Formats: sequence, C-alpha cells, structure tokens
Amino acid sequence: MTAYLLNRLAVGAATLLVASLVVFAVLEVLPGDPARLMLGLNATEEAVAALRREMGLDQPLVARYLAWVGGMLTGDFGTSYTYSSPVTELIAERLVVSLPLAVIALALSTAIAIPVGIFAAARRGRAGDTLAMGAAQIGVAIPNFWFALLLIYVFAVGLRLVPAGGFPGWGEGWSGLWQGLGALVLPAVALALPQAAILARVTRSALLEVLGEDYIRTARAKGLPQRVVLRSHALRNAMIPVLTILGLQFAFLLAGTIIIENVFYLPGLGRLVFQAITQRDLIVVEGVVMLLVASVILVNLAVDLCYALVDPRLRTRRP
Amino acid sequence: MTTVKSVLAATTFLLAAGSAAFAARTDVVIGVVLEPPHLDPTAGAAAAIDEVVYANVFEGLTRIGPAGEVMPGLAESWEVSDDGTVYTFTLREGVTFHDGTAFDAEDVQFSLDRARGEDSTNAQKPLFAAIDTVEAVDPQTVKVTLKHPQGAFLYNMGWGDAVIVAPESADTNKERPVGTGPFTFEDWAKGSSISLSRNPDYWGEPVALESAEFRIIPDAAAAVPALLSGDVHAFPNMPAGDALAQIEADPRFEVVVGATEGETVLSTNNAKEPFDNLKVRQAIAHALKRDDIIAGAGSGYGTPIGSHFSPANEAYVDLTGTYPHDPEKAKQLLAEAGYPDGFSATLKLPPPPYARDGGQVVAAQLRDIGIELEIIPVEWAQWLEQVFTNTDYDLSIVSHTEPNDIGIYARDDYYFNYDNPAFDAVIEELDRTADEARRKELYAEAQRILAEDAVNGFLFQLAKIGVWDAKLEGMWENAPIQATDLTGVRWTD
Repeated sequence: MTAYLLNRLAVGAATLLVASLVVFAVLEVLPGDPARLMLGLNATEEAVAALRREMGLDQPLVARYLAWVGGMLTGDFGTSYTYSSPVTELIAERLVVSLPLAVIALALSTAIAIPVGIFAAARRGRAGDTLAMGAAQIGVAIPNFWFALLLIYVFAVGLRLVPAGGFPGWGEGWSGLWQGLGALVLPAVALALPQAAILARVTRSALLEVLGEDYIRTARAKGLPQRVVLRSHALRNAMIPVLTILGLQFAFLLAGTIIIENVFYLPGLGRLVFQAITQRDLIVVEGVVMLLVASVILVNLAVDLCYALVDPRLRTRRP
Repeated sequence: MTTVKSVLAATTFLLAAGSAAFAARTDVVIGVVLEPPHLDPTAGAAAAIDEVVYANVFEGLTRIGPAGEVMPGLAESWEVSDDGTVYTFTLREGVTFHDGTAFDAEDVQFSLDRARGEDSTNAQKPLFAAIDTVEAVDPQTVKVTLKHPQGAFLYNMGWGDAVIVAPESADTNKERPVGTGPFTFEDWAKGSSISLSRNPDYWGEPVALESAEFRIIPDAAAAVPALLSGDVHAFPNMPAGDALAQIEADPRFEVVVGATEGETVLSTNNAKEPFDNLKVRQAIAHALKRDDIIAGAGSGYGTPIGSHFSPANEAYVDLTGTYPHDPEKAKQLLAEAGYPDGFSATLKLPPPPYARDGGQVVAAQLRDIGIELEIIPVEWAQWLEQVFTNTDYDLSIVSHTEPNDIGIYARDDYYFNYDNPAFDAVIEELDRTADEARRKELYAEAQRILAEDAVNGFLFQLAKIGVWDAKLEGMWENAPIQATDLTGVRWTD
C-alpha cells in the first residue's frame, strides 16, 4: 500500500512538472501584450515599455520560467499583472466561493442521483424506471444556464426568497453563514441537476451490470430479500464507475462553472481564470491552471484510494 | 377634546412626515459590466477604473461636467498669461487626502511630474506633452508653464488620467485608492463588488449618499434579473439587449438613452492596397447605409456620424451627407479605381456586440457593390496586437471612446496609416489655439478633411443606455467622459 501511494505521488509530481512546462509555453505563444492591453489605444510606446519593465516582462523566457517554478515551490505564485496583488491571495479569495459551491453541488447531486439510480435499476423496464430515466434524460438535455435563469426568475425576481446573484461573503457568525449559503443555493441547484442526471444514469447501468453477475443469483437463491441483495451485494461493487464519475465531476465543478458563475455573477475561480485570459494576466492563468492540475491529481488519488476501500482485492495488488 | 385630538393627529402626521424624510435611502448599488483591473486612473486605460473612481474618489485640477464642460476642481480658479503659455492655478483651501495628509501645491507638482516623467505608465501621456515646467509657488498656488499655447490644456487636466494623487499613497492607489473626493474607498471584494462611503471631511458640499457599491455583473442575462429583483438600483450602461422594451414598460424604472464619446468607425488600413486608393474608400463610404448598421449593431440606438466627431460637441458639423448611400455610384467608383468586379478583403472584429453584429451588416452592404469580406472574430488582446500595433489588417470595426480624440489622425504610425500634411497642420494649429471661435473653425476643418478623404467608414456614435430606479435622481444622462459621477445622486423618497 505504501509503495503504491509513493508511486502515485511520484507520478503526480512528474505530471505537475510537465504541466507547468506546457502551460508556460502555450501562454507564451498566445498573441497579445499585457502591458498594451492595460494602457489602451492612446498610450505611447514608451509608457508601454515602462510598464513591461515594471511587470518584469522584459526578462528572458527561461529566467521567467525558472523564477515562476522556483517561486511556486516556496508557495509564491507571483503577482498578478492587472490586480497587482499576490496570485495566491486572489486564488484563496475565489476558493472561498468555488470550493463550498463545488462541495454543495456535488453533495446535492449525489444525494439525488444514487437513490434515483437504485430505484430505476430495481424496477428495470417498469414504469418507475422509464419515468426516472426520462427525467434524467431531460436533466442532461437542459442547458444549465437556462435552468439557472429559470431559477432566478422564479425564486429571486418572483418570490424574492434569495438574491438574484452575487456573493456577500461568509460574514460573521450564523447569520453570515446563512447569507453565504443563501447566495449559493440557486447556483448549487443549477449545477447539481445536470450532474445528478448523468450520475443517476451511471449508477443505474453499473447496478444492472452487477445484478447480472453469478454471485447475485447465488445471493438471491439463498433467499435474501431484494433490498439486501441490492444494498450489501450489488451496490458496493457498482460503486467503482460511480466514484470515477464523481471524481471527474468534482474537478469540473471547481473551475468549469464559468457559465453559472457569470449568470449568478459569483466571484469564483472560473471567472478569475476567464478574466485573466482576456486580460493576458498570464501569471494568474498559470497559477490557477497549476492549482487545477494539482487538484485533479489529488482527486484521482483519492478516488483510487476509495476504489481500494470498496474493493478489498485492490488493496493487496501491487501496482 | 377636539383640539386635543387634532393636536394628536397633527403630531402623528408630523412624526410620519419626519420618519418618511428619514426613510429616504442613502445607499445605492450600481451595476457595472467590467471589473476594473485596478483602481489607479493614472496607470491604466480601462474605462472601468474611471467609472468607479472619477469624481467620486479622485479629483483633478479641473473636472468635466455632465455636458462635457470644464469646471473648477481642486483648482478654485486660474489665470492664463496673454500668450497662453503660463497657467496660474489657485488651489482650494482645507483639502485633505483620505489618509489625512494635507493637499497642497506640492501634490499637484508631484502628480503632473509623475504623469509626464520618463518611467510614467500613464495611458494618456500625450495629455501632458505640452507641459514644460510645474512650479509650486506657495502651498495654494501652482504655476504651469507650457512649451507652447495649448487650447485644450484645461480640458486635459480634467481627465481621469490627470487626477491629483499624494506621494505618500501613489504607489498603493491600485489596491487602495486615496484621493480627495467626496467618497472614500471602503473595500474591494475582487470579482464581486467595490464599496465606497461618504467622506466626512470633504472640502465641498457633502454628497447625499452615505454609501455606494459598484457590483460587477458581467453577463447581460444576469443584469436584467438583478435590476428586476431590486438587488441593483442603477446600470449607467445597461447591457440589456432585447430585454430593454420590457424594462421600459415597467414604471419602476427609468430608461435614459444618452450620448457617449464613442465614435464607431469602420477602421481602414489606408496604407494597404486597395484602400490606399481614395476612390475605393469613397466607394465604401457610398455603400454604407448607417441606419441599417445602427439597427443591427446598436439595437436601434446610436447617432449617425459623417466624420470622427461627437454630435454632442459644440463644434460638431453634420457631414453624414458627404457620401450618401448610393450603391450604383459606389460600383462606378470601384470600376474607375480599377476594380470593376470588386475584390476580397478581411474584416477583423473585436468582441463587443456593436462590432460583431455591426460587422455582419457592413459585410452584407459591401457585398452589394462587389467587395467580399471575410469576417475574422478576434479577442481584444489579438485585436490590439494584430490590428492596432502591427496594423496587419484590411478593415475592422471599433469604437474610439476617448473624448475629443480627432487628433489621433495626425499621429504618425497610428493604425489607420493615414497621412495628410494638411490635416496635421490643422491639428497642430488647433493644439496651439486658445481662442474658442478659431478652435471651432479648426475643428470643423478637421472634420471636413477626414470626411472627404473617407479615411474610415464613419458609422455612428455609440449610445449610452442608462437604466435606473425611477426614484433615483442625479445620474448622468450622457457620458462626455467615462465616469459614474455620483456627487449629485440622491433618492427622492
């Protein structure tokens, strides 16, 4: 197990290094000068040159790469060109929104999807199954920004239960927490629904596959009731594909929510990176991308460990 | 008993009236589309910076009023020498910066010298080019000597890029702006909002609002529900699109269509074949039908222009009839220029809807006279690099939003690649002329030369569509400069 973990960590570190090279190189060839972008159409060449010097953009490529990677190793992600504040600070400010949002959305989607998937699998081919899978089909097909707008018009403009968007911060005490959660409810629902639809379908098909196995027939043959067969024999083995999808979804929810963040004007990671790209705030883009690469690696590692948890055979196998 | 009752009634009424007067709100939430990259107007061109801090947090020697006029700012009054080269400003007394440091002539000298210095990253450095020396005569007096008379000098000093900053705080203004204005900077939740609050120590008349929040709402689809739900009280520039009719019909809101300083032009590479041929440019001018372009690009709002000048300006001359819409004439001109069958070219379009949508209409109109345009959408960074810096383009559409910027046509290497010594001479004389009547003549002359040379396709003046709560008053109708001046804004009940 330890060797397995060490191996995975080494692979993760190598991936990070390669990613840093690729990210840096790709962003370097992107057209557009951040200094000119900041100073606009009327600025003189000398003013632009002065700003480039100030930003350190006049340094050679290799020197800048080494400085960047070296800084990251010590926890310093550099300073944003446009915001002129530390990148770590910017990312931390956004994670305060993005991380809880991703967690709530994921919890919500799991809470909806797994029971629906089990329900549909248990009633395979019957009316309940058709209905549940039909609903899931609609959930996959509905564009989430449209669903988000629908939620806004009903719950914010019509009923005025929650704000139409924005994020007031976590504030202090319970009322602050409540305010923050209130702002995240609609976006979390809008994000969770399509994810839940996908997850429910995966759960159902994984369960059905397992239900066709011999040991399930054995379990049934020895007279176990359907519920016990489903819960203790089938579900555990069907969890592996479900966990895989969950891992992928979490990585997506962390920064791939740019559209939902725009509709609810939430200050999340997705918008930070989008804004940074249009403003050629390369150092911020690089920092966020590296963070995402790292989080995907970590999530995958966690998913692998969960595999081992649900499937004892994987615990003893050497990589 | 009756008297007691009526006295009671009167008291109750008075109390009610009193509490109603107290109930008038003193906070406002303003919606803005773009988040400023930072908050120092002297170190960036982004309009989003001025839209938050101009006149609210920072002030200059002069300031630009709602009709584009020059008004006294931190300078109470000024005297100009007879030859127009020496400006002596008398500064206001009792002015302090928000961090408590006093404002005096040294700060003015520091600010102007910093803006025109060698290491300056001021986006509008040419504004200060005529300044020879700045001298703090005494704490209340500043003498600015120009290299030559400059007609627009007082106007230039009213730009956001020319605001007065203190040496103590100049380096940190990007994150924590410290100015002399009626609002102090409170907090900036990045990606979310910027909060200002009333400056209790303001030198002038205190503002009615106690606090103001600029909330960043980048998505047009989100702006409408934010307004309808009451989360946001005003959008100085509403990205409403098709929903505008719905808001106009709602009595809770006021929709005000005003003018901006944004001349939207079909930028033309005058140095590149075949656009170096006047006949080709004239043919394009004859092919453009402005009303259709406005309908397609600005949802029907926008004022047709015939040259690079704002219709809101006093010196404006209507030149939209110079080359009237006439496809036959256009084809004939193309044939005379040696392109009887037309030609193909590219049209590079930056992201704003006026360009992307307007570009489709322009391409269709030019196709009618035989010019096939390949539309290439580019993002701003690419546009700046390819079109603006390297002038690697045929045609493009962009709005030039700086006020009174007709002088850009006289610049060498400006991306239109237009070179006309006669025009340069007019601009040079304009720069040195302070006499208003003569300036007007020169502005007219400059507009006429550009129109006749058909330097660019002159399309329309961008509209400012402001939407706000009907109970809010004092918001600017027009945008003579890019600003959201909140000094006169108040709630009526």
